[in-house]
Amino acid sequence: MRKSCVALCATGVLVTGLAAGCGAASPPVTPAASPTAVQSTATPELVARPELVRQPYSPDDVAFMAGMIPHHAQALIMTGWAPSHGASQALQLMCERMRISQTDEIKFMRTWLLDRGQFVPAADATHMKMERDGMTHEMLMPGMLNEAEMAALDKARGREFDRLFLQGMIKHHGGAITMVEDLYKAYGAMQDDFVYLFVSDVFADQSVEIERMQEMLAALGGGTK
Amino acid sequence: MRTLPPMTQKPQTPLTARLVTALGASLVLAACATTMPPAATPPAPTSAPAAATAPAVAASPTTPALAAAAATPATGATPATAATPDAGRGGGRGQREPPPPVPPVPSVMPTPVTPIVSGTAPSPDPRVGLKAGYWDAAQAAWNMRLVSNSPPPVGYRGITNSDLAFSGHYAIQGNYNGILFWDISNPAKPVLAKSYECPASQNDVSVYRNLLFVSSEGTNARLDCGTQGVPDPISKERIRGIRIFDISSITDPKYVGNVQTCRGSHTHTVVTDPADTDNVYIYVSGSSRVRSEEELPGCTDGPIDDPNSARFRLEVIKVPLAAPQNAAIVTSPRIFNDLAPPPRRPNPAPAGGAGRAGGAAAAGAAAAGGTVAAGATAGRAGGAAAAGRGAAAGGRGTPTGPNQCHDITTYMDSGMAGGACGGYGLLLDIREATHPTRMDAAADINMSYWHSATFSNDGTKVLFSDEWGGGSSPRCRETDRLEWGANAIFTIERGKLVFHSYYKMPAPQTELENCVAHNGSLLPVPGRDIMVQGFYQGGITVFDWTDPKKPFEMAFFDRGPLDATRMISAGSWSVYWYNGMIVSSEISRGLDIYELVPTPLLSQNEIDAAKTVNSNFVNVQQQTKIVWPPSFALAKAYVDQLERAGGLSAANLASTRSALTRAEGQTGAARATALQALGTSLSGMASGSSDQAKVGLLVAAVNDLAAQR
Repeated sequence: MRKSCVALCATGVLVTGLAAGCGAASPPVTPAASPTAVQSTATPELVARPELVRQPYSPDDVAFMAGMIPHHAQALIMTGWAPSHGASQALQLMCERMRISQTDEIKFMRTWLLDRGQFVPAADATHMKMERDGMTHEMLMPGMLNEAEMAALDKARGREFDRLFLQGMIKHHGGAITMVEDLYKAYGAMQDDFVYLFVSDVFADQSVEIERMQEMLAALGGGTK
Repeated sequence: MRTLPPMTQKPQTPLTARLVTALGASLVLAACATTMPPAATPPAPTSAPAAATAPAVAASPTTPALAAAAATPATGATPATAATPDAGRGGGRGQREPPPPVPPVPSVMPTPVTPIVSGTAPSPDPRVGLKAGYWDAAQAAWNMRLVSNSPPPVGYRGITNSDLAFSGHYAIQGNYNGILFWDISNPAKPVLAKSYECPASQNDVSVYRNLLFVSSEGTNARLDCGTQGVPDPISKERIRGIRIFDISSITDPKYVGNVQTCRGSHTHTVVTDPADTDNVYIYVSGSSRVRSEEELPGCTDGPIDDPNSARFRLEVIKVPLAAPQNAAIVTSPRIFNDLAPPPRRPNPAPAGGAGRAGGAAAAGAAAAGGTVAAGATAGRAGGAAAAGRGAAAGGRGTPTGPNQCHDITTYMDSGMAGGACGGYGLLLDIREATHPTRMDAAADINMSYWHSATFSNDGTKVLFSDEWGGGSSPRCRETDRLEWGANAIFTIERGKLVFHSYYKMPAPQTELENCVAHNGSLLPVPGRDIMVQGFYQGGITVFDWTDPKKPFEMAFFDRGPLDATRMISAGSWSVYWYNGMIVSSEISRGLDIYELVPTPLLSQNEIDAAKTVNSNFVNVQQQTKIVWPPSFALAKAYVDQLERAGGLSAANLASTRSALTRAEGQTGAARATALQALGTSLSGMASGSSDQAKVGLLVAAVNDLAAQR
């Protein structure tokens, strides 16, 4: 016998902590002191359709979706700078494609969470907010650029923007792939075909984009200035 | 739809440990259940298709009834328990009864729309603004007609229908919950002969004689076809690879074996070696993560210079026809070795900018600069590891170029295969079936994800589709470029790929419709390259790509969105020609069968000639040369084409037609004599024709008829 904690969950937004008795696959979590400080739940453009939920999902699936939203949101900020920061035409094109992809994907993730009664981060949230030991922490998901890196990118123009963008986005996409890999190792994850398909798509698109960015960066004279 | 990631095997803090902590306030882990080990029954809470039970169960998270609910096989799409609303769910949006996930199938399906029939595309495009509906969506049709729509059976409704294969008078349809066998003897009224529950994504299907091969990739697929999923990251219960069934009796499929692969099988392709009639081969495609060695011994996830890496290679399975249970991987050719990234020219500034300008179908050769082919030939399987690209590319989880294909189409008659491999299109030499080698590779600035390939019947052209966004996104909106998520058309010149144009289903679709280029097949219209292709909820498009620079649409069918407020996956996953029918696997709505309507763009004789081509079985990814048996329809089809292209004078057209009609009314020696005379006469006309090749085809068709007894 083993204990498992598979989240056929979704009882509501404001429940804190975990039910007792969960096994090692889902270690105990310090109950949050205040659930009210987390991001907005306002989703005026989305309507939950819980009847469309067909398969079980796990806490790791939920965490993946909730964490990938701010991850994507930062990518949208970065790609949004391409036209105004003098990016090369090839990079502008790539940014346009990323912008479309990741905008669609944010919508998918928010919808997936909403249907399952989970907390839905704002579409433009760029940090994962968490409550721990009574404190609110803001954290960056793997591969995301920190404030200084974002500021440097925002300041750059032309060729320098291309270089910083490519370096930053290769790292950023690499972080998304790390998140995907981690999800594969999680007990009970990706049993929902929607999750599997979405995760596969993220992986496929971002892998191909990394290849392209590596080529573009090499054409700029490599990864260093 | 598609793929999976590689996974490193570094020990990790479970994601749960890190992110659940992070999400402490927002995550709700309400249902902790004590379960038996995976092998035990009844199945644990991870029951896969326990339709819609999850949220309902969640209302009473500690109830042990959880397992019982999950153990109920997914035979009903709308179990009663699902109707229990959960007040806390959906952010407190009230207590309305949720609608069923799949509306009841009407007792009488709506009458198909009467197609518009014309030689020029209707304007305004009737595909724009169609009313949404599950079973009663508005339809638009031009030059083709919906003959029947057969909803999926209970238990498979609301679950993705995937690819199609054909055997005898059966269409075999994959579904994420199993396999559906449709008797299509009467295309107006297909009959479900058998449903076989065996969940997996994508359950892509192929046939060879009495054998059925099925792809399994999703992590929840079980060896025993159980519906309860596989929650353990490492499990001996899981299948990722190829299942093999004996379908000697199609109503009683026998599961005879399977071949597990390191990366699972997203799709696969049956390959026959003319010199080896005792075996059939399968090329496995799937760029999924490499499994743990604990789950499948021998799987290692190394870089390109690791000769044992399960990446950067193609798995070839040998299936002994006399003993299919002994099927096994025989070679793992390293078709990606030495593949230098082809240089991509900067985008040649499409004049139209983003989106569509006036709905032109072909984005055209103006953007041709986007594609560059990379030469380099891979070594044979097992050859020395490549020294170049890849090894140096740094970063954990950082891809190092393509390392698997999404799908491969073989064309043994030309000894070639088209590999659609993520960021690249590959041309492979497969004359030795177990040892394919790379002839050429192409990349293209507008191609996001190379998805599938189709050869022209003469093997001089190949069309690659781009499944930008994976098929689950709306990529045919007014704002989406026509050269993105499209097809790219190449000629094959001395073994190299030369780009000519893009083609995308041209009608703008809504946000509610997943839409991008997907699966299709050639129509066996003689003398032309015509293809029918599904664009998911963008509908079905029929287009002519005889001139690789100027593809054009000649027929279409489309429905409104499945749902009026939400993008729910639907539309044509695959649409293929089979023995006179056009059969489409509709992701949500079931099996559609269509027929072509004669128009100035496609004559009745051309359709009749297409219908003379019959096969005992068809796997579209195993492309075979279309051969037309001698028929009057074939000769008349060529005459019609010569008329359309101005290839013969009016007088010569008239005399040829009347000679054909006369001969058709004759029998025996008189017919043969008349046809011989016509053949001689036509040969004389060839030199004066602007299309001598077509006249040559006509002469051959007439002579073949004359020789027929």
